[in-house]
Amino acid sequence: MFGVTGDLARKKLMPAVYDLANRGLLPPAFALTGFARREWDKEDFAKVVHDSVKKYARTPWREETWNQLSEGIRFVQGTFDDPAAFAELRRTVEELDEQRGTGGNHAFYLSIPPSAFPQVVTQLRESGLSDPKDGTWRRVVIEKPFGHNLETANELNDVVSEVFPPDAVFRIDHYLGKETVQNLLALRFANQLFEPIWNAQYIDHVQITMAEDIGIGGRAGYYDGIGAARDVIQNHLLQLLALTAMEEPASFDAADLRTEKEKALRAVRLPEDLAASTARGQYAAGWRGGEMVGGFLDEEGIAPDSITETYAAIKVEIPNRRWSGTPFYLRAGKRLGRRVTEIALVFKKAPSPYFQQIQGSDVGTNALVIRVQPDEGVTLRFGSKVPGTTMEVRDVTMDFAYGNAFTDESPEAYERLILDVLLGDPPLFPRHEEVALSWQILDPITSFWATQGQPEQYRSGTWGPASADEMMARDGRVWRRP
Amino acid sequence: MIIDLPSTTTGDINSELVKLRKEGGVITLGRVMTLVIDATDADAEKAIATANTASREHPCRIIVLSPREGGDTLDAQIRVGGDAGASEVVVLRPPAATMDHADTLVTPLLLPDAPIVTWWPALVPLVPSATGLGAMAQRRITDSKGELNPAAVLCGLSDGYRPGDTDLAWTRLTRWRALLASALEQVRHAEVTKAHVRGDVNSPSILLFGAWLRGTLGCEFEATYDSEATGLVSVVLDTSAGEISIHRPDGHNATLSQPGQPDHVIALPSRSLGECLAEELRRMDADPVYGEALHEIVHCS
Repeated sequence: MFGVTGDLARKKLMPAVYDLANRGLLPPAFALTGFARREWDKEDFAKVVHDSVKKYARTPWREETWNQLSEGIRFVQGTFDDPAAFAELRRTVEELDEQRGTGGNHAFYLSIPPSAFPQVVTQLRESGLSDPKDGTWRRVVIEKPFGHNLETANELNDVVSEVFPPDAVFRIDHYLGKETVQNLLALRFANQLFEPIWNAQYIDHVQITMAEDIGIGGRAGYYDGIGAARDVIQNHLLQLLALTAMEEPASFDAADLRTEKEKALRAVRLPEDLAASTARGQYAAGWRGGEMVGGFLDEEGIAPDSITETYAAIKVEIPNRRWSGTPFYLRAGKRLGRRVTEIALVFKKAPSPYFQQIQGSDVGTNALVIRVQPDEGVTLRFGSKVPGTTMEVRDVTMDFAYGNAFTDESPEAYERLILDVLLGDPPLFPRHEEVALSWQILDPITSFWATQGQPEQYRSGTWGPASADEMMARDGRVWRRP
Repeated sequence: MIIDLPSTTTGDINSELVKLRKEGGVITLGRVMTLVIDATDADAEKAIATANTASREHPCRIIVLSPREGGDTLDAQIRVGGDAGASEVVVLRPPAATMDHADTLVTPLLLPDAPIVTWWPALVPLVPSATGLGAMAQRRITDSKGELNPAAVLCGLSDGYRPGDTDLAWTRLTRWRALLASALEQVRHAEVTKAHVRGDVNSPSILLFGAWLRGTLGCEFEATYDSEATGLVSVVLDTSAGEISIHRPDGHNATLSQPGQPDHVIALPSRSLGECLAEELRRMDADPVYGEALHEIVHCS
């Protein structure tokens, strides 16, 4: 694991490894080697893993699990440009192969900035670490961002694919590891109820929302110049779109699933007038959730004339047989009303002259909402008669919450994904084609925005800038309040 | 069950609500609306009790904003089960200085998509729909009762009226208006020349009653204020067919007199605040008749 001193490694990856071990899902020979610049020895590293596991692990603390796991923990100190350190790394993992019987199978987790990829990947090749012996495998795991436009994504892919074949590259999009996202497939294809109405004849439009209530925190260096669209729409939201819009795959094998997702992404078209069908904003100061918060432009490390957006909304169309006439609206932002990720399918109004006449403007607009996080579940919204003598209809909800239906806690996304990497099970990992396709969708928008000056300000804690509401109003629609 | 959350954030309140729902199943997402109470200048406990009564008819999530002087953190309390009627209550006590951002404070706690009703038990905002809490709501309920100058307050509400506004002074008239309307049905062709209303001093209901009668019947209107009275005492319509009157001297039972019929005694007790609120929560669409009555309020300068 490269970049073991980072936040992600401490808060998510190492606890996930422990949780897997605790659930008995790791082979006894499993070993973890950390690589970082810091001058630690093996004990220091073991202590860091120990502390982060104790603090962040989902499953209860068990001394015997830890003892077993910690025997396989090693640390190699060095910089990415130091061939000697990689030689040492190779010695360490070979020693582990012998001592622990890991069997010569190695996965390299690059929890490091993409700018360091070329160096690390080259070092892996030159040190011979990336060459599998017969009967063993080498896999590499990389995290977003996969570039910041099509060109850089291709460059990045060239670097990685020079050393690792495509099926050995595991791109982590932790959203795809979430139970609810996988449940989307079950909901659609394991049921008879939904799929027949999952099309433009019944669905008016689809809204995919990823809202965070926090600001950029200390990530100014990463976020400035990236923005909401590149940060989450390109990967998470377009993946959710693909899963929502795709046809039923022939099987749930990686290849079939990818084929369908790629088909959906390839069919996505942008509206001609980007000014009218996109919106962006930057959060301004406000009082959010009980705390006073400052604006984006006041954040440390952000230039006062930064044009990076912290809110992005786009409209896309999929003019195929299933979706022609049903737009998909994607929005993502920071410092919004509440932390929520969801997919909402908003149905057309019932073609009943009587009810259309007596209903209020929004009543009776059915919606199926898939809550990805938090409080994972599914909500179905429909109109119901209010008790009384008049035929008055009000919207009610039927609700399924994972927490109520299954008391077994959903595993963390990273647990599932790390396990899949070890098993070599790739359906949940996007391939470069998907990454490239999503950049193709997004690139015209981001280059258009680059010419449009500074984004509109929105008060922290609201649901985004006024222009986003206007964008919906032009289509005669409104954003849902999640 | 009452859970205190001192110095908290809405994120924590939300996770607590989700936890309560998981553990006790006491909360559902099936609620049909969120009732937001701006308890500025009001007795928060009394407002909660009223809302709890109303919630027996309309299960809802109730968010009470009760600003406190000083301090710079948010205190909160969650009440569920027996302490919350048929609803769940979240009491928020933000520093008073932050009430300009009350809308973003309650936003994370609103039920998804469900309509929002905002109620001001004490303070009557100049333009309800222009406040943060009013702008997000489908229905805005003010209560002009108890104002020192009800005419001025109603004039203000009239200027700032947007569909969806109502005032509980109007709700208190509902039964009276219904009785008069059905009595007038009996004498369909009679012309009403003058209406007399008698009631307590400073009653905004009398002003609204008069405005409504003038607007709908095109008659003259005379109000008599009686410092001894509580609520409305009587209404008399002079019509070409004779006098139609409702007298309620004791505040409980009323006598309805109409031409050609014996007097009827009707139970017409003063309605409690809870009943009025429950009535307002029954409908989520605008009350255009109230808007027209407000428009008729005279003496607005």
